[in-house]
Amino acid sequence: MPKPIEIRTSPHLKRALSVDRIMRNVVFALLPICAFAVFQFGLSALLLILTTTGAAIATEWFFARASGRGNTVSDWSVVITGILLALTLPPGFPLWMAAVAAFVGVALGKALFGGLGYNVMNPALVGRAFVQAAFPVAITTWTPAFAPGRFTEVIPSTFTLPFMQPIPVKDWVAALQLDAWTGATPLALQKFQQIEPSVTDVFTGMIAGSAGETSALLILICGLWLAFKRMLDWRIPVAVMAGAALTALPFWLMDSSLYPSPWFVLFSGGLMLGAWFMASDMVASPVTTSGVILYGLFIGIVTVVIRLFGGLVEGVMYAILLANAAGPLISSWTQPRVYGALKKTREAE
Amino acid sequence: MAELPNPQENLSLDTFLRGLWTENPVFAMLLGMCPVLAVTNSTMNAIAMGLATTFVLVCSSLLISLLRNWIPKQVRIASYIIIIATFVTIVDYGIQAISLELYAALGAFIQLIVVNCVILGRAEAYASKQRLHTTLVNSLGMGAGFTIALLALGTVREILGSGSILGVALFGEGFQPWVVMILPPGGFFVLGAWLLLFNWLRLRKERKVMEQSGVAANAG
Repeated sequence: MPKPIEIRTSPHLKRALSVDRIMRNVVFALLPICAFAVFQFGLSALLLILTTTGAAIATEWFFARASGRGNTVSDWSVVITGILLALTLPPGFPLWMAAVAAFVGVALGKALFGGLGYNVMNPALVGRAFVQAAFPVAITTWTPAFAPGRFTEVIPSTFTLPFMQPIPVKDWVAALQLDAWTGATPLALQKFQQIEPSVTDVFTGMIAGSAGETSALLILICGLWLAFKRMLDWRIPVAVMAGAALTALPFWLMDSSLYPSPWFVLFSGGLMLGAWFMASDMVASPVTTSGVILYGLFIGIVTVVIRLFGGLVEGVMYAILLANAAGPLISSWTQPRVYGALKKTREAE
Repeated sequence: MAELPNPQENLSLDTFLRGLWTENPVFAMLLGMCPVLAVTNSTMNAIAMGLATTFVLVCSSLLISLLRNWIPKQVRIASYIIIIATFVTIVDYGIQAISLELYAALGAFIQLIVVNCVILGRAEAYASKQRLHTTLVNSLGMGAGFTIALLALGTVREILGSGSILGVALFGEGFQPWVVMILPPGGFFVLGAWLLLFNWLRLRKERKVMEQSGVAANAG
């Protein structure tokens, strides 16, 4: 019997690029960053990643079941949310607060909007923004990287009892007897004391900071791999970085002793992680090509404005959330003209 | 001027209970959001605000119901506002005399009861058309519903935001307060969560009724 001829209408897809395949690949791209976080901060970072991912999956499972949407955990998107959330938190963040963040992020940021594809904002950042507002002290308590014995013991604040204040880490840090530990991240050092750490250290991640934001180099490699596989839109991270660097440049030229260099702005804090893995969230970013570039530039500019002139040390999270909220508007502004349609004139309107 | 007589409601248990559940000013009608979001950061504030609003609501509804045949239709809103403002002034001075601390905590929101749409809504939709005794029962129910709603928000926000109820600490030393809960966003979070719960319960009940009637129709 001859093989039946199959006739289909366009688009003729060469391969099926399904949602869960893309999401799975994003998870793979995040794994090296997780591994570096664990290498740098030890057991606490590992527990943090496991807790947020577990809590995010449990929340997704519960809400999908309660709203009768079946099992949506298997599309892997919630795993990304969990991992990304952990990477943005300080390594010694109490696990119960991390679980609260994951629950709020997935429930408020995603499930209540109708699940994957309907969320306005990046769920991981919604969760982080909530705990930033609820527990402002815990989320700015940093611990040193590469602490000796980090693979055998956890940072004391990790195992804080639920609803209790984090166990102070001051004595623990003092017992480590590290030189030159001030309890501040490079961003805070630059902002409040105008001490700019070596750009090489900041670029490779030999610094303190949130669990997964430290190594710009590693994030760049993982992001480029994803972009190369066409699983994220390269225009978004490029536009974010361009927006940030170009905003920072004139200030640095004016007074380089007060303002950070564009390199420092690019590689410090959460800018790299935000640009490559959060701003590029497929659901929460605009859909048009020119819209995506506008959106990226907006994130870059707002981030630098918050960093240089705001009360906060880091602005990536609020910049991305703001841009997410503006996303639908940007999309509608930048709709391309339909092929063959007349150019809109003032009279026609 | 010939007007059609309004249908007078007969007094029943439902006259009171409506305000608590099916026509709850906060959870069903979403009225009076300003005090609901602004002064529910502690249980004490919520109770005081609820009672003050209930007092104004009951008194003004009664007076409006009494005067319903004398107030000209054209100037009714202005007349209602004057009546409501009278009782708000009484409450304002009353709270100031009882507790200056509470007065400071509630701030401008006591005076703002005058524009609370729950009260004006009751005056317009109910008290101006109904007899005195049903108005009394109905406005008491509405006031109770409003107070319970404020209490529902205030308790959750105080437990999470300060770890206490009515100022009595619930947890031991070292409780981590959820700062956001006593800030304005906390009001929106908690109100949203309560609305989610109540709407979910209501929908589930409706679905059950539908299923039962479906079964009955099939059987018949």
